[in-house]
Amino acid sequence: MTNLLHPTRRGLLMAGGAGLLTAALPGYVAAQGAPIKIGFQLHRTGIGAAYGRWYERTAQAALKMINEGGGIAGRPVELLFEDDATDPKRGSEVVDKLTQSDGCDLVMGTLFSHVVMGSAPRAGELKVPYLVCSEGYHVASGALNRWTLQPGITDVRAQISTMAPWVAANLGKKVTMVFPDYAFGHDHRDFFTTAIQAQGGEVIAQIAVPPTETSFTRYFPQIPAETEVLYHVMVGPAVLTFVKELGEFYGTGAKPALFGFVDSLEAVDTATPGLEFLEGSHFWEAHPRVKPADAGEHEAAYRAAVGVDDNGASVSDAKDVSTYSHMFSTWETLYFIKQAMEAAGYTGPADRQKLVEAMEAISDLPYGIERPQGAMRFNGKTHQVFGSQNISQIQGGKLVKVHTTTIEEGLYEDAVDYTTMSF
Amino acid sequence: MTGGGVKVWALHLALIAVLFTAQFWLSPYHTTNLSRIMVLAVFAMGYNLAFGYTGLLSLGHALLLAAGMYAAGLPAQLWGWSAGPAFIAGVAGGGLVAAALGLLALRTAGVSFMIVTLMFAQAGYLTLLYFAPVTGGDDGFAVAAASRRFLGFALSADTPRFLAALAIFAAGLFASLALVRSPFGRTLVAMRENEERSRMLGYNPFTVKLAALTISGLYAGAAGAAYALLFGYVGASFATIQYSILPMLYVLLGGAGTTFGPFLGALLMFALIEVASGLTSAYLFFVGAALVALVLFAPKGILGTIRERWVQWLP
Amino acid sequence: MAFGPFLLLALMEGLVTAAVLALAASGLSLVFGVMRVVNVAHGEFYMLGAVLAWAVTGFIPGLPALAFVAALLIAPLLVAALAALADGLILKRLAYDPEATIVATIGLLYMIQQAALSLYGPNANPVRAPFEWRIQLPWFGYSGYKLFVVIAALAVLLALWLVMTRTKAGLVMRATQVDRTTARAFGINVDRVYMGTFALGAGLAALAGVLVVPIQQAHYLMGGDPLLLSFIVVIIGGLGSLRGTLIAALIIGLSDGVISMFFTPTLAKILATLLVAMVLVFRPQGLFGARA
Repeated sequence: MTNLLHPTRRGLLMAGGAGLLTAALPGYVAAQGAPIKIGFQLHRTGIGAAYGRWYERTAQAALKMINEGGGIAGRPVELLFEDDATDPKRGSEVVDKLTQSDGCDLVMGTLFSHVVMGSAPRAGELKVPYLVCSEGYHVASGALNRWTLQPGITDVRAQISTMAPWVAANLGKKVTMVFPDYAFGHDHRDFFTTAIQAQGGEVIAQIAVPPTETSFTRYFPQIPAETEVLYHVMVGPAVLTFVKELGEFYGTGAKPALFGFVDSLEAVDTATPGLEFLEGSHFWEAHPRVKPADAGEHEAAYRAAVGVDDNGASVSDAKDVSTYSHMFSTWETLYFIKQAMEAAGYTGPADRQKLVEAMEAISDLPYGIERPQGAMRFNGKTHQVFGSQNISQIQGGKLVKVHTTTIEEGLYEDAVDYTTMSF
Repeated sequence: MTGGGVKVWALHLALIAVLFTAQFWLSPYHTTNLSRIMVLAVFAMGYNLAFGYTGLLSLGHALLLAAGMYAAGLPAQLWGWSAGPAFIAGVAGGGLVAAALGLLALRTAGVSFMIVTLMFAQAGYLTLLYFAPVTGGDDGFAVAAASRRFLGFALSADTPRFLAALAIFAAGLFASLALVRSPFGRTLVAMRENEERSRMLGYNPFTVKLAALTISGLYAGAAGAAYALLFGYVGASFATIQYSILPMLYVLLGGAGTTFGPFLGALLMFALIEVASGLTSAYLFFVGAALVALVLFAPKGILGTIRERWVQWLP
Repeated sequence: MAFGPFLLLALMEGLVTAAVLALAASGLSLVFGVMRVVNVAHGEFYMLGAVLAWAVTGFIPGLPALAFVAALLIAPLLVAALAALADGLILKRLAYDPEATIVATIGLLYMIQQAALSLYGPNANPVRAPFEWRIQLPWFGYSGYKLFVVIAALAVLLALWLVMTRTKAGLVMRATQVDRTTARAFGINVDRVYMGTFALGAGLAALAGVLVVPIQQAHYLMGGDPLLLSFIVVIIGGLGSLRGTLIAALIIGLSDGVISMFFTPTLAKILATLLVAMVLVFRPQGLFGARA
């Protein structure tokens, strides 16, 4: 845990360096006053650890930039990280620890949906704002409470429904889906099946793979021969195996068009030997890993701050590929918090309810350094943010963006109105 | 084992009394953590009865924990049951599944028993995933606030939750004390020490072990139901193998075959993780090192070693 | 795909699974059989083999085959050394008490996992296979390296069998397994045998990890499944019987693939799991174990 009481050497050096740097900058406005403490529920160990590492890095980069800009309402901001081991029971304990023991104003950062589900009830009991970076549909589905929000990343329902029209128009209408047999995969199964049907398409086979599976070859014969599009969204350490084995199975013979979600390849180099099979295939990306030619004006500054090169890998190690389509959520969530706190005139934990109400009042979030992924629109009733999605194609071993959707394409009817619920 | 009498009961009462006062001198944060520890200790006490006293090395207790959790959580979610009936359903669920498990698994012993229980637990977890539309699968579901009320108190509030956890823990502790000091309790130990000789004395090993496992299941069911109702979350992750290893770890650490051992083990593991994670982000390494050091110093668990060396009358 | 080719694919996949499993489980069979202790950290030795293979192959430039052979030699040796150290420092001091060993090896598991996370990282990194060779059958393609894994595993297991049955070291190990006290009476240094067995068991697990890593990737949590499966295989096969372990690995590996042909994956796994349980319920000593 990184905090004031037990700083790591790296933390001290960074703080010292940041202090020197900011003091040297002309026109710098020093952040003063009691610090705002934001608790970060981090997957530092467990199956989410690969994401957790980049979440921490991106959040720290956003924190630095926010503090250099004067903090929130002139107060410096601190991030306190606690490891939830990607476990629901521990997640609930961590929310407790961050709120009651570490004295944080609010908690953010969770990715894996079962940890969100396990932790949200406790956040509701403690009446602390809980901002998840999870892309799960659980927030907008109404399964959680009024204290839980997802302002930094779109949810899978929106992501998946916007993909169907493009897939049906460009790749084919007969789809076989391969997905992990748990909530995340079921969401893909359910939402995509509905969405493709609306386009006149059909899901002809659904192959649900147990989440702990390490070898997939045995499932491939279940893919019907008339499949036009193979839709895949495997997660976890075995994704590389999945793609390699798919390549071995089909080889250079006839094969369906592939459409995947970059979740399958987060933190994996697309140029890895064995992935040649993916050449020419398409992927959903939230935030294009390889800097597109038409990238926004703030993209370069964002990448520099986080320490990521134009290929989406760490500037210190080109083989260390980031989880680029997910980690921006922590950056944007921090800026969302700043905006809401300043709008609410937040002074301390007594204002938490006022803070959530201020968040619910936010709607349009334009593109800027605060939102490097793109413009967003926050729905105060469902506590979920909506944004644009991207489709990229692997060309020459690199993901190249070929299509961007609009925010409107991803909107769907509200399934819940948290503002009518009590706190 | 039978020495002590009044001394032993007084000791247990004293512990409960100390725990009762803890809510006044501990911060709200630590009070809630103590509630968690007590619920886990109930789980571990049940495991202790099967493993520490009867010698049944089970790796499938997560199945029983999850059985209790879902037996309480599903009626609450589907039919709006309140906390009291849901809790009873949870306890019963744990016991029933334990009995069913025992009928099959107790045909084996030793390491085979270990694997059979493990396999049934794995199958149970996968079944929870298979019926995800009902169970919520890995994600699980939150238990509605209306079902978390007992005698007019909201179990989501700190003090009622603590008192409920303490009540359940106390009941479990005294029940286990009464059990191990009873003739039946001595039969359990006899089974562990020498099954053949017990059989020759006229005891039916199968029925004795089945009873032990079922009682263990009642405890596990109580713990699962308590977690669901007190902390408001039900999920399939509680049926995974780590929740079979945890009670074993608590029991071995605290002292197998002692009544306080499970609680001490649960408390110690929690404290270890808390302290270590405050010092470094690589805290698991130090927790592991601490476990190794602890077991080198106290191979029979902490209380087991204390009982062996100094305080022979410790229950 | 037609039934015939489907079955063939399932069997081939099952064979690869069985080969890796047999190798990992043989290590556990030795440790469990000779020392009678449950080593909860066994899967971590497997993981270390994979992770060290990644490290070695990354360090040695040039031909992947050369780097891989180096990994095959270096990784198991390093892991065996670590295991010997753990045995000498910890397990011996516990006098191999079964329950204390469980706690100690759980502690060891935490330590190794966290060390791997801190030093190696949370990512799943790939390792190049020593050769890329895709076999094209009329109905599907298959990785030639996977067939190599089967052959390599067979070779190692054959070597192990030869060592156990034809060498003095093997004889000493088997003697200690049969009766520790009598072995000691015959002048066998039981402590040294235990250390050697523990190291050998870990080395075999690591070797399995090295062979499997070009197929899967090296990930710091990859030891969990092999641990469980190894235990299942050893006990189903019958304690103390290496042959039983191998046959059980074959059956479990093959049946897992075949069962999944006929049912949805999760249901197939449920059925396979219950099948294993029922085998033990009706034959507790395992397939080849002696009746207790």
